[in-house]
Amino acid sequence: MTVSTKIVLRGRKVCGGRAEGEALVTRQTIPGWGGVNPVQGVITETQHELRGVSFKDKILVFRGAKGSSGWSAMYHTARLAGTAPRALIFNEMTTKVALGAVVMRVPSITDLDQDPLDVIETGDWVTVDADRGIVEVVKRAP
Amino acid sequence: MNLTRQEQEMLDGRQGKATQKAMELLVRYAEALGAERFVDTRNVAGVPGSANPFLQNYYKDKGADGLDAIFSHFDLDSDELIEVPPALVPTFHLQGGADPSAWQTIGVKVEVFRNYQEREAFAASHDVGILKTCTPYLAGNVPARGEHLAWMESSAVIYANSVLGARTNTEGRESTSAAMLTGKIPDWGLHQTEYRYGTHRIDVDVNVDSVMDWGMLGYYVGDVVQERIPVVVGKYSQSEIVRLKHFGAAASSSGGVEMYHIVGVTPEADSLEMAFGPKKPLETFRYGKDEQRRVYDRLNANGSDPDVDFVMLGCPHAAIDQLREAARLLDGKKVSANCALWIFTSRAVKSQAQQEGLLSRLASAGAVLLTDTCSAFAQALPPGTKVAALDSAKQVHYLPAILGIQAWFGTTSDCITAAITGRWTGERP
Repeated sequence: MTVSTKIVLRGRKVCGGRAEGEALVTRQTIPGWGGVNPVQGVITETQHELRGVSFKDKILVFRGAKGSSGWSAMYHTARLAGTAPRALIFNEMTTKVALGAVVMRVPSITDLDQDPLDVIETGDWVTVDADRGIVEVVKRAP
Repeated sequence: MNLTRQEQEMLDGRQGKATQKAMELLVRYAEALGAERFVDTRNVAGVPGSANPFLQNYYKDKGADGLDAIFSHFDLDSDELIEVPPALVPTFHLQGGADPSAWQTIGVKVEVFRNYQEREAFAASHDVGILKTCTPYLAGNVPARGEHLAWMESSAVIYANSVLGARTNTEGRESTSAAMLTGKIPDWGLHQTEYRYGTHRIDVDVNVDSVMDWGMLGYYVGDVVQERIPVVVGKYSQSEIVRLKHFGAAASSSGGVEMYHIVGVTPEADSLEMAFGPKKPLETFRYGKDEQRRVYDRLNANGSDPDVDFVMLGCPHAAIDQLREAARLLDGKKVSANCALWIFTSRAVKSQAQQEGLLSRLASAGAVLLTDTCSAFAQALPPGTKVAALDSAKQVHYLPAILGIQAWFGTTSDCITAAITGRWTGERP
């Protein structure tokens, strides 16, 4: 008999709502204008570790936002194009990521009690209950 | 959130539907940040109501192609269509669209240009000042020290905070448009004194003189501090507007720097103690010859072919002094038949250049002066461009990545020489 263990993290709601999906994790900050193609839902910055990777329907786990003030408009456009992530989990609060999360209208959490970049790996199954500030992680089968 | 009576009235819809929708967005944004209150602003710089072809078509397909649709649904993120009132507080339009006198030069199609004109007329008719530049501070909007702003454009935000001592976070499209209708922005981050002190110390131990030198220093600083606040310590022969403009633009591109201090130069850094306030530097970095050379090599990593077919100056938009310098370097010479030279600036500075005769001096040498946008922003190059030469660390950070071309980085003089000869001869410092 196997028992699937869940890891539970607690943090602060940025935007409310509940979503689940597969994690996409990066320790790097995520670019906005000039480093992302919102219509395709893909990071394009030449030196980024997620270059060419799609964030569509993922639970995006990342350090924070960087670059241009066009950050929110890019991810807002991604929402309209249907390529936005399902939820955001991030460490560093900035005006870019806050406004981006608001206009993407996805559940978002920050200030977690453990570093999500240490706990969550790409491919893990993650549930975000932003209203309660709870993230549940089921590790991907090895 | 603690709302004042006026803010609560705005949220309750007692000041109209548009103000209510703007306030709803600002409250969602402030709560996301964890802000407790708003601060009043009477200086907003954004891109209200502008639209690229994707947005234009998206809302048209949804049957929402009236003039107010994009502002309602995108700027204010409102599901409801509202009638957009004029700006409540002084608001300015930053870069965007295409030069109205030379849109064909940058390859804009006529229907797209007509759309830009329509969006510009929409903004102007809502009392938005049409600056069409990333350098509002060189085009008539120079905030005072301590003034609270709601500005977009990372290179303008860092200039306003650091050089002018005004207070703004890096705002976005939606928050600036909401501020335009309410005069409110979350009181968070750089609006508050305790978040304006330095966090990292940079000791400069190499000669920093030219615009290129300042760009390299900025690129280094942004890379090492990311979104924190650097305090730069060193000796400089010149630290005027143009150099600080290039320094800040670079630091906000390689990192997310929104504020810096240069001891003895910027207004909140008369001394090291003043720059750090009650804080101690988290880390100290030394910028010497080796660091400078590494930055130079990194900024030239996308250049290999010495045959240059495109030179772009004016990132951020050129100041009048930079146009004068370009005209001087070009006097009696011609841009090579194998090369194009585009210089981007604001409409205000172009108008001054025209009156000073600089425009005709530049034109007779074969240089093209353009306004409203830049190559990276408009994704516009002369047809067939393979190798560009640039004097801006910010532009060289973005342009090869966005358009897949080679690019050299050097001094303004290196770039003008390349435009005249069609060859890159810039040298590593």
